[in-house]
Amino acid sequence: MSGAVFKSIEPRPAPVRTEGLLPWVRANLLADWPSILATLIVIALALRFLPGLFDWALLNAVYRPDADACQAARGTGACWGVVSEKYRIIIFGRYPYEGQWRPLLATLLLLGLLIASCVRSFWRPWLAGLWVVVIAAFLLLMGGGWFGLSSVGSDQWGGLPLTIMLAALGIVLAFPLSVLVALGRRSQLPAIRTVCIVYVELIRGVPLISVLFMASFLFPLFMPIGKSPDVLVRVLVGITLFAAAYLAETVRGGLQAIPKGQVEAAQSLGLGYWQTQRKIVLPQALAMVVPGIMNIFIGVFKDTSLVTIVSLYELTGALSLALNSDANWRPFKLEGYLFITLIYFAFCFAMSRYSLWIEKRLAVSKSR
Amino acid sequence: MAERAPPKRRDWSWRSQAFRGLVYQVLAVVLVAGGLWYLAHNTLVNMQARGIQSGFDFLAQPAGFDIGESVIPYDALDPYWKAFLVGVLNTLRVAIVGIVLATLLGTLLGIGRFSRNALVRGICYAYVEVFRNVPVLLQLLMWYLTFTELLPPVAEPLSVGGLFWLSKNGFAFPTPLWNLGLAITAAGGAVGLVLAWAYHRWARRHFEKTGQPRSMVLVPLAIVVVGLAAGWLVAGAPREWSVPVPGTFTMDGGASATPEFMAVLLGLVFYTSAFIAEVVRAGIQSVAHGQTEAASSIGLSKNLAMRLVILPQALRVIIPPMTSQYLNLTKNSSLAVAIGYPDVVSIANTALNQTGRAVECIAIIMLVYLTTSLSTSAFMNWYNARAAIKER
Repeated sequence: MSGAVFKSIEPRPAPVRTEGLLPWVRANLLADWPSILATLIVIALALRFLPGLFDWALLNAVYRPDADACQAARGTGACWGVVSEKYRIIIFGRYPYEGQWRPLLATLLLLGLLIASCVRSFWRPWLAGLWVVVIAAFLLLMGGGWFGLSSVGSDQWGGLPLTIMLAALGIVLAFPLSVLVALGRRSQLPAIRTVCIVYVELIRGVPLISVLFMASFLFPLFMPIGKSPDVLVRVLVGITLFAAAYLAETVRGGLQAIPKGQVEAAQSLGLGYWQTQRKIVLPQALAMVVPGIMNIFIGVFKDTSLVTIVSLYELTGALSLALNSDANWRPFKLEGYLFITLIYFAFCFAMSRYSLWIEKRLAVSKSR
Repeated sequence: MAERAPPKRRDWSWRSQAFRGLVYQVLAVVLVAGGLWYLAHNTLVNMQARGIQSGFDFLAQPAGFDIGESVIPYDALDPYWKAFLVGVLNTLRVAIVGIVLATLLGTLLGIGRFSRNALVRGICYAYVEVFRNVPVLLQLLMWYLTFTELLPPVAEPLSVGGLFWLSKNGFAFPTPLWNLGLAITAAGGAVGLVLAWAYHRWARRHFEKTGQPRSMVLVPLAIVVVGLAAGWLVAGAPREWSVPVPGTFTMDGGASATPEFMAVLLGLVFYTSAFIAEVVRAGIQSVAHGQTEAASSIGLSKNLAMRLVILPQALRVIIPPMTSQYLNLTKNSSLAVAIGYPDVVSIANTALNQTGRAVECIAIIMLVYLTTSLSTSAFMNWYNARAAIKER
């Protein structure tokens, strides 16, 4: 045992730097051969296509509303002039030109409320009341006919205000219906459950366009003669019924996630069915499904583009309206499409970011 | 204190839950039935007042309109039911091809989100965000615009290797000439398939009996390939392909897809694959990290761990949302009406405008989609039940 001389082991090498630019590049771009190859391919493709795209979209583009200059630059540069010339029609559709501050104000009001509804501390009963007030103000501003504002028929509404209105109203009206349907689908009463299941599966099984065709062609037949509402209301009813079915499934998911003990505890306290749902189950379930509701809202926002097929001029329809009748600008439809693509993308991307953020925030209360 | 008797089973008072439940249900049924009767009554009155005929008898009358593309022979003198059949087949055609392509692209993109290369990750992320945040209708319209305005005319088409051609006339591609040689090749492939299946069964039994693994993917695959190659060689190695050649007004030879079909297909594939990528990513992420570690601690290689541990568990999470994406793609194919691809909605729309039978035409659309949706979800539920955890 003796004679064991202490000998220190070799010193370990200093730890490799894992922070900073160079190590990041090494780990994320040049980790191994496949990775290096992928990096090279991506860079080669970027060098091949990006400069041309940059020239087309920015350098050689025509920004003035000058159709001749656009024609001359065709093929080499984009014609953003089409946007500066036609943006009023693209954004506001056929709404009378001098009155376009009204849809602008109305849309800002609605957007403001939408953003306010995203703040968690505003999730109080008065928010529902505020929605009713703002929607009434929106419709009054758009429709006019009071306080010296000229009356504008709903057939002249269009563009972005119509898109936002259809999406927001569709979801807001669908929400109460969907909660009832979701509760009904989990009900003990077979007749009510069957009605709810048939409704949800029927709507989810068919495309939105067929529901819109129904609203457009069949609704006038369903109503007593001469009492059919105008096409905007009919389409809104269609979108609401459609959104409610999808929303009901999302809400049902939330209801299913509530432990049975919660309901039993409420019952043992002597709460009735509606009291249990209102005070115990729904507050927990609805908070849980906010991200899901948000995703359905994004879906409905995108789906409003379909109403152009039943000839309402929302954003997509307004673009065709602006360009199809004007031979000077019709060749630059691609730029117009890209412009409204950007609008749709900005709205949907912001909403999906919010949905992710709120999902994380809500998960905080669940983690311990 | 007198004990309260438990409530009798049949208590016809408002305080009995069973009685209240019955009242609510009767009320609900009466309301729904009454609403439906009201709508039906109004419809009948309206139809009489406007002199609209009803009934499905129009299906036997000649349709009188041409259809741009059809899988089965059709001309304008054929009856309406045949026009609808053409529409249904066109819907199915674009939906099936779309589902296959969207699954492939979406899976690649979903896996790409886990790449070690930051550029690949970034591209996959950007793709998903861009394509799922723009309405699919707008994407369809843009693809259609690309085909009808931006691509060169058929006289000077874009070409990939002289085999695939893109022009205003659509997408032309070579097809093998169908002859006896190909039939023999296919027969060889079929024999290979049967042999491979038999081998797979034997390998599985052997594994379950002795625990010794036999290759269950590569060897069966090799058997099929050998079968195909054998059939091809026996047939004398046929190599005749019909390659498209640009003509003055059309492409000659080969097969081609119309710009309408291509626009619908590309729009649906690019849009849906963004969603499928997210489904795949969520599925892979849902498998707990401990599973990977456990797999490597019992000595499974990375590939085996992926195949035997990660994928089966991820699939379980992936299948239900994947089903709904397939259904969404099928339903979104109805947007073809906006660009004139003759799918079932577009045919029904034409028929509706010609005959004025709105109720019948819309009922046909809904019936077609309901059948497709319900049968797809039935199939996927069956598959899901097979893939689900076998619990006690």
